[in-house]
This record gives sequence, C-alpha cells and structure tokens, in this order.
Amino acid sequence: MREGPFVEGLRCRECGRTYPAEALHVCEWCFGPLEVVYDYEAIASTVSRERIAAGPKTIWRYADLLPASAHGAVDLGAGLTPLLRADRLGAELGLSELWLKNDTVNPTGSFKDRVVSVALTRARELGFKVAACASTGNLANSVAAHAARAGMRSVVCIPANLETAKIVTTAVFGGLVVALTGNYDDVNRLCAELASEHPTWAFVNVNVRSYYAEGSKTLAFEVAEQLGWRAPDHVVVPIASGCQLTKVAKGFRELYKVGLLDGEPHVRISGAQAAGCSPVADAFESGADIIRPVKPTGIAKSLAIGNPADGGYALDEVRRSGGAVAAVTDSEIVDGIRLLARTEGVFAETAGGVTIAVLAKLVRAGVVKPKERVVAFITGNGLKTLDAVAADCGPTVTVSPDLDSFQAAVNVTDWQ
Amino acid sequence: MSVKVRIPTQLRSLSGGAGEVEVEGGTVGEALKALDVAHPGFTERLFDENGNVRRFVNVFLGEEDIRFLEGLGTPVPAGALISVVPAVAGGS
Repeated sequence: MREGPFVEGLRCRECGRTYPAEALHVCEWCFGPLEVVYDYEAIASTVSRERIAAGPKTIWRYADLLPASAHGAVDLGAGLTPLLRADRLGAELGLSELWLKNDTVNPTGSFKDRVVSVALTRARELGFKVAACASTGNLANSVAAHAARAGMRSVVCIPANLETAKIVTTAVFGGLVVALTGNYDDVNRLCAELASEHPTWAFVNVNVRSYYAEGSKTLAFEVAEQLGWRAPDHVVVPIASGCQLTKVAKGFRELYKVGLLDGEPHVRISGAQAAGCSPVADAFESGADIIRPVKPTGIAKSLAIGNPADGGYALDEVRRSGGAVAAVTDSEIVDGIRLLARTEGVFAETAGGVTIAVLAKLVRAGVVKPKERVVAFITGNGLKTLDAVAADCGPTVTVSPDLDSFQAAVNVTDWQ
Repeated sequence: MSVKVRIPTQLRSLSGGAGEVEVEGGTVGEALKALDVAHPGFTERLFDENGNVRRFVNVFLGEEDIRFLEGLGTPVPAGALISVVPAVAGGS
C-alpha cells in the first residue's frame, strides 16, 4: 500500500496553471489562490473507515486527505472534538435534530489548531524554522503554541486593539508578538508584503496558506464520521475570510469521492457574519457576485475581515447548495452566546454567538428547516472574549455569608 | 509626478528583480500604465481583459486600498507610494 501524502502539486483555482508543492500560495500569472491537487485514486485505494478509526484521536487520523505527513506532525492534539446533540437549544429554536461541533475545546481554544497543525507540519517538511501569521487572535494563539511545540521561532502580527485575553494567551508562548496600529486588513496586507521580504518565514496564512487551509476540511470529516459516516442536511459556518466554509464544503465532497460516504452528500451550507463586518452577507442579500470590501466594526473581532480573500468562493458554495448568508447585530451576538451557554453548557467566543444568532435567524426565515439534521460550528472558546459578556454576567446577588442573608436574598424555595 | 510602485515577489521577474520602481503618473492608473512602459508585461498581469484590476490583486495608495478611494482614477501626490499586493492571504 502506498503511503501519503498523496499530493501531486498545486493548481490555480482561477486559471488552472500548475505549480510544484512548495511554499507558494498565489498564481504568478493571475494571482488566483493555489489549491492542493491530490491523487484521489491512490487515496481511495488506501483510505477506509477502519483505517481512520484505528488512527490517532486528532485531525491526523485523516492524514490520507491532508497535504502533509502524520509522521513528525506538529501536534498538540487538535481535532476530534465533540459533536454534541443539542436538544434543548434545538427545542428553543424549533429544530428537531441540532448538533454542535464544539471546537472550543481544541488545544488553544479554537478551530485554528486544525489549520495550524497542518501548516506547520508542512512548513517543517519544507525546511522552515520560523512560523509567522497575521491574526485576529485565535490564529495568533495557535501559531505561537504550535511553534513552541515544534521548537520553531514565531512572529505573530495582530491589530493593537485586540482583546487582552488573546494577547496574553499568545505572548505566553514566548514568540515575537507585533501589535500593529491598524485593523486586521492592515495587518494582513503588511504580512502579504513581509512574506515577500522574508521568504524564509512560513506565514501560515500567506505563503503556506494552500496547505494551512486544507486543515479546515477535517471539520467536515469529523462531523461525517461522528454521525456514523453520514453527512448532515445543513451546516452553519461562520465567515471571516470565507476559507473555512469553502473547505468544509470541499471536505464533504472529498469523503464521497474517496468512497467514505455511501451516497453523494447534498449538504446545504449557510454562512454567518456579524453586522459590523458583513461583506459576504451583503453580497448574498443583493445578489451580487463581487464582494465589496468594508471597514469592520463591532465585537466579533475574530470575524473582522473586511476584505475576505475567499468571500467569492464562499458565496458560490452557499448559493450552489441552497443555503444563505445572514448577519446579526452585536446585541444578537451576545444573546447567542448566552443562549448557547444556558441551554447546552458550551461557552463560545463572539464567533460562536454569531453562528447561533444567525442559525436562529435562518430558522425564523424558513431557510433552515425544522426537520433538517443541522450542525452548527462553534469555533472558539468564550474565555477569549470575556469582555463581550462581562457586563451581563456577574453574581446574581452578593450577600454576607450567613443563612439568614442567603435565604432572604435567594428566593428559590421551589427549586427541589 | 514621480511616484514609487512596490512590486510583489510574484512580479519581480518583470522588474529585473527590483522590489520598488519609480514611475511618472498623475493617477494610480497612469502610474501603473507607466510601469508597463518601463517594464513591459505588467498590464496583462495586473488587469483583466476588461481593463479592470484583477480580482485577486489589491492596489494601495499609501495605507489605503484604492477601492476605498477613487479606484484607478485616484490622484497621486508626488512621492506617493503605490503598493501592489496579492489579495489572497489571511483568515481561514
């Protein structure tokens, strides 16, 4: 049996030009994104449900469908996070079969550990010794942690106005943390230029982005495996750059292509954005094909990409699958966080609040159907964005520590 | 009006390896046309068949994306810096 990775090279998604599997992310001709090309026949003759089940309890159980080798992976244990049946939240929203993909429990508290584990594994294979990124925070945490794990240096660029928790939980890993006086799009643009000047640094979401992005497919792989090798009817995915959504869609297609799903999946895919940064939702709403960049505002900083690189592709996936993209306000986001926490015991960061609030909105709009098997992706941990809910979540009451005071203040005698 | 254009790695084969090229032009569009005159080949790489900047190319005047300004018609002051940056980066 042939061993992976089953990578043939890279190919431009726009013009089809091909490139070797090196640290390249855009086509030199038209600047289109480069996608990893696999030998699917070889994968199909190697991969099986049993082989996956016997693999590690991380994303690396799907190594046959990833662009780097599981041997020597930069691994903190990302992936195989719980898929939780959410009956109480489902009942509140009017859904009979709702599931939560709980990626808040990844090693650094977000789905980014999936993509970073793949990116740094590939970066190390390519000989890089420095890991770098532009980040809204979750990626910064993950790159700094995985670089530390791999014994690599790290350079993390963030907007200076990021949540304190995300700065602390990056800096603790000891790499360089560069706070830039601008928004994420400014940071991103600088990193795109830095990648030209520092070709020996692996910018996970610039020059090794083609590999990095593939890590998000594991969300789809896991959901299907955890549902007993069935695809869901409808998934709701938050949109920042749009990359995660397009890779989730690709993940379900690949499972069928290599024989891991019995029937061709027809997964409706819906996208969730915050009203403070909703270029993809706006384009969906107006029927436009072109994404108009915006200047982000609002509390959902992990989704604050005003010029989303994969926005157009995300829009295509949503439209083709019969889903929708919607946006919700900051107060709806906070309500979403609290509703999820109150009904299911999962504490999500603002992006998770966006997902739940958009799910609720799409149910009300009749887009998400009551009988569909629905999966909502909860991609980051609430401890990272305490500020979002701090004003609404304090002690119910403060009393002196004696029985009388307690009984007088806490009137819940009917709680048995 | 003399302005500087910053060239990304992917296009430096056209500029003889230079990361920055000085050209003349009163607008962003004129400066990019002048770049093609000085180093032929830039136009077909930066613009699509309709003459629009390609979907995956971002052009900045100083710190600002020209889509937030007046596009290719944006006037450029002397000594300004125009940056050509691949759009595909970031996020996940």
